[in-house]
Amino acid sequence: MRKTISILLCLVSGIVHASSEVGGLDRVHIDLGDEVSLQRGARTFVNYCLSCHSAAYMRYNRLGRDLGMSDEVVEENLMFASDKIGDLMTVTMSVAHGKNWFGVAPPDLTLITRSRGPDWVYTYLRSFYADEGTDTGWNNKVVQNVAMPHVLYEWQGTQRAVMEGNEVVGFEIQKPGTMSVLEYDDAMRDLTNFLVYLGEPVKMYRGKIGLWVLLFLGILGYFTYMLKKEYWKDVH
Amino acid sequence: MQKLITWIDDRFPLIKVWEEHMAKYYAPRNFNIWYFFGSLALLVLVIQIVTGIFLTMHYKPDVNTAFASVEYIMRDVPWGWLMRYLHSTGASMFFIIVYLHMFRGMLYGSYREPRELVWLIGMLIFVALMAESFMGYLLPWGNMSYWGAQVIISLFGAIPLVGDALTEWIRGDFVVGDATLNRFFSFHVIMVPLILAGLVYLHIVALHKVGSNNPDGIEIKNNKRPDGIPVDGIPFHPYYTVKDIFGTVVFLFLFFLIVFYAPELGGWFLEKDNFTPANILQTPPEIVPLWYFTPYYSILRAVTWEWLPLGAKLWGVIAMGMSLGFFFLLPWLDRSPVKSIRYRGWMYKTALTLFVVSFIVMGYLGTKNPTHVDLLWFSNKTWSQIGLFVYFAFFILMPIYTTLDKTKPVPERVR
Amino acid sequence: MADDRVDHKRRRFLTGVTSGIGLVGGVVAAIPFVASMSPSARARAAGAPVEADFSKLKPGQMMTVEWRGNPVWIVNRTPSMLADLAGLESKLADAKSDVEDQQPGYAQNSTRSIRPEILVLVGICTHLGCSPSEKFQVGPDSGIETDWKGGFYCPCHGSKFDLAGRVYKGVPAPTNLEVPPHSFLSDTLILIGVDPEQEGAA
Repeated sequence: MRKTISILLCLVSGIVHASSEVGGLDRVHIDLGDEVSLQRGARTFVNYCLSCHSAAYMRYNRLGRDLGMSDEVVEENLMFASDKIGDLMTVTMSVAHGKNWFGVAPPDLTLITRSRGPDWVYTYLRSFYADEGTDTGWNNKVVQNVAMPHVLYEWQGTQRAVMEGNEVVGFEIQKPGTMSVLEYDDAMRDLTNFLVYLGEPVKMYRGKIGLWVLLFLGILGYFTYMLKKEYWKDVH
Repeated sequence: MQKLITWIDDRFPLIKVWEEHMAKYYAPRNFNIWYFFGSLALLVLVIQIVTGIFLTMHYKPDVNTAFASVEYIMRDVPWGWLMRYLHSTGASMFFIIVYLHMFRGMLYGSYREPRELVWLIGMLIFVALMAESFMGYLLPWGNMSYWGAQVIISLFGAIPLVGDALTEWIRGDFVVGDATLNRFFSFHVIMVPLILAGLVYLHIVALHKVGSNNPDGIEIKNNKRPDGIPVDGIPFHPYYTVKDIFGTVVFLFLFFLIVFYAPELGGWFLEKDNFTPANILQTPPEIVPLWYFTPYYSILRAVTWEWLPLGAKLWGVIAMGMSLGFFFLLPWLDRSPVKSIRYRGWMYKTALTLFVVSFIVMGYLGTKNPTHVDLLWFSNKTWSQIGLFVYFAFFILMPIYTTLDKTKPVPERVR
Repeated sequence: MADDRVDHKRRRFLTGVTSGIGLVGGVVAAIPFVASMSPSARARAAGAPVEADFSKLKPGQMMTVEWRGNPVWIVNRTPSMLADLAGLESKLADAKSDVEDQQPGYAQNSTRSIRPEILVLVGICTHLGCSPSEKFQVGPDSGIETDWKGGFYCPCHGSKFDLAGRVYKGVPAPTNLEVPPHSFLSDTLILIGVDPEQEGAA
């Protein structure tokens, strides 16, 4: 009975992920085995996000180890001059400055995909639109009146929101960027993929360890069952 | 080896204890799947204590560093992530096991005479377990940790006259803060575990004094062989040790399946909102306790009738308390001449089914917004109120329907 | 249950095999717990190598940096300081740095250094762990002895070391001051904690 319930619970959570759009969010395909995607995402993150957002629970050398890059490669491509390879990925903008300049301090992003979900992050990154009514000139369908400007507008280009009443129902590219829609979606998929890794680095390999544990328990289970049956011959 | 055992036994009742509680403790031969959960509960208690010890080596109970220390454990401590997932999964599994363990008691009348004390001690264990998990949940200092604690502690404010002073005393401050976190750490790490260990010891001692019940509800001690051994009894060791070891392996398989493949279990075992640090300025859109508290949370929120004297909030707290309190009275509410559901009539079977359904439905509703309509026609709050009545009716009407119920004849020997 | 129908051999076999498998599982399960107590990534990062820029260090001066929680001294020795080292041999307990634990192979020489003038020492007395004071002033004005040639003096129990960190005879400290692994990244930059390339990493 317990087993049934657990299996049912797993199935339910699996079923929820089957559709392509859930609750207005676009689905993103996460694959932590795609090392190239993760490396591209890492580069985007460090070059565009890390100046305002910290990833204060992550160390640079861990990034290198997990994503197949040596310490030297990490130091050359993913680090600013003063940080050491074993350091945490903190940011120079202080909380006070952040509040001053944006109204709210840019949050740490280490766990963003664990608290919001990858689909939310993926949709958010692609839902910025030009809006003269805001301080930054940008707005976002997923977070109304967001304080963050569209950092990646050079890649995506400028898009405007198609409104139905007060609701944003679609987007129209006004001024194209250096990437096509597909290329930008791909780049954001890589970034989201990386952020999922960032949120839980061990996710990449806990499944492999689990396989051995379960196999072992399967074997042990067989023998403990045989032992039980042997002794219970006395009782039946 | 034999010499060593004799040396110890001359100085410590080793063999006596072994025989009384294992090799010559005669348990009914007809234990079924419902009888695994006691030993599994003990296993999970040990798992929680051991993983807890190792987590405490790295966790920091300070509002400025607690959240970061958990991520430190997840990333920087070798195998720290495993300790964390074992502990979080263990906590939820503890409740699954304990609920099934308690349900076995309700199926077979294990709370009935002469086992009332076993049941009462067990209920105290359950209350201690709820306190332990509530306090443990504050420790990661996530946003749900903070607001969940805020809400539940403020319930004490509903108590007339002493309420506000009491909440201040519990918190150690005017708001949930560093003082609260530190003392919850102390309670969670040492005070309640000691209480739990003591209660579990008493629980087993009380059980062994009267002997275990069984699915047929028959007292096997009423039918003994000339040598004093119950005809339907078998020594716990080796028969139930070997069976429980197998049960343990099956449990561990499920347990590790979750730990390694789905530790969050879709947000049921680790809540998404708790991956954001506690923010005293921003409540999560929906404050939801962990799944095992949701039925009681539903009961708490269902009491909204403003015509109640002293306010609905206080009665909500009282209702929640009574929902637990009634369990303590079960041995005396049940007036049936038979113990086991196998020999009871349709009234009890219906009542128990309705009880289980109301518990599960109220659990589900505890995760939802009360004003929405998620089931058919009625608002969630209305359904919770219906559930509340069914839940309480199960207990309050029990003396009546257990007396009226037509029972079947109970056999002499177990099936 | 008739005892003659019980297959004791099978029971012993099954019990043995199951216990064996279980024991293996238990040992493997213990590994993560034991391992979790070894230094974490944070501890390893804190113990990481430290760079020291000594471009502003004049001859005869000393600077101190922190490495692995200990003070590390860098001394820019003058030619006369170096010249005095040879004459002290009779007063020293381990003039030739024979005790191998106290310095890497490349510092087992007359100046206990890679470059003659740059001395790198862990500033912790080898007696009981106090940090000695610098006593570079020579002669009776040093307050130590009449023909003091310069070095270090530990205030806790009076141990004396020369300007190569070598311990004097007749003092509580048993061995020379430790020379940490170090290498030169440039003419003005030392990396403490890492051996020079030729020797292999620390």
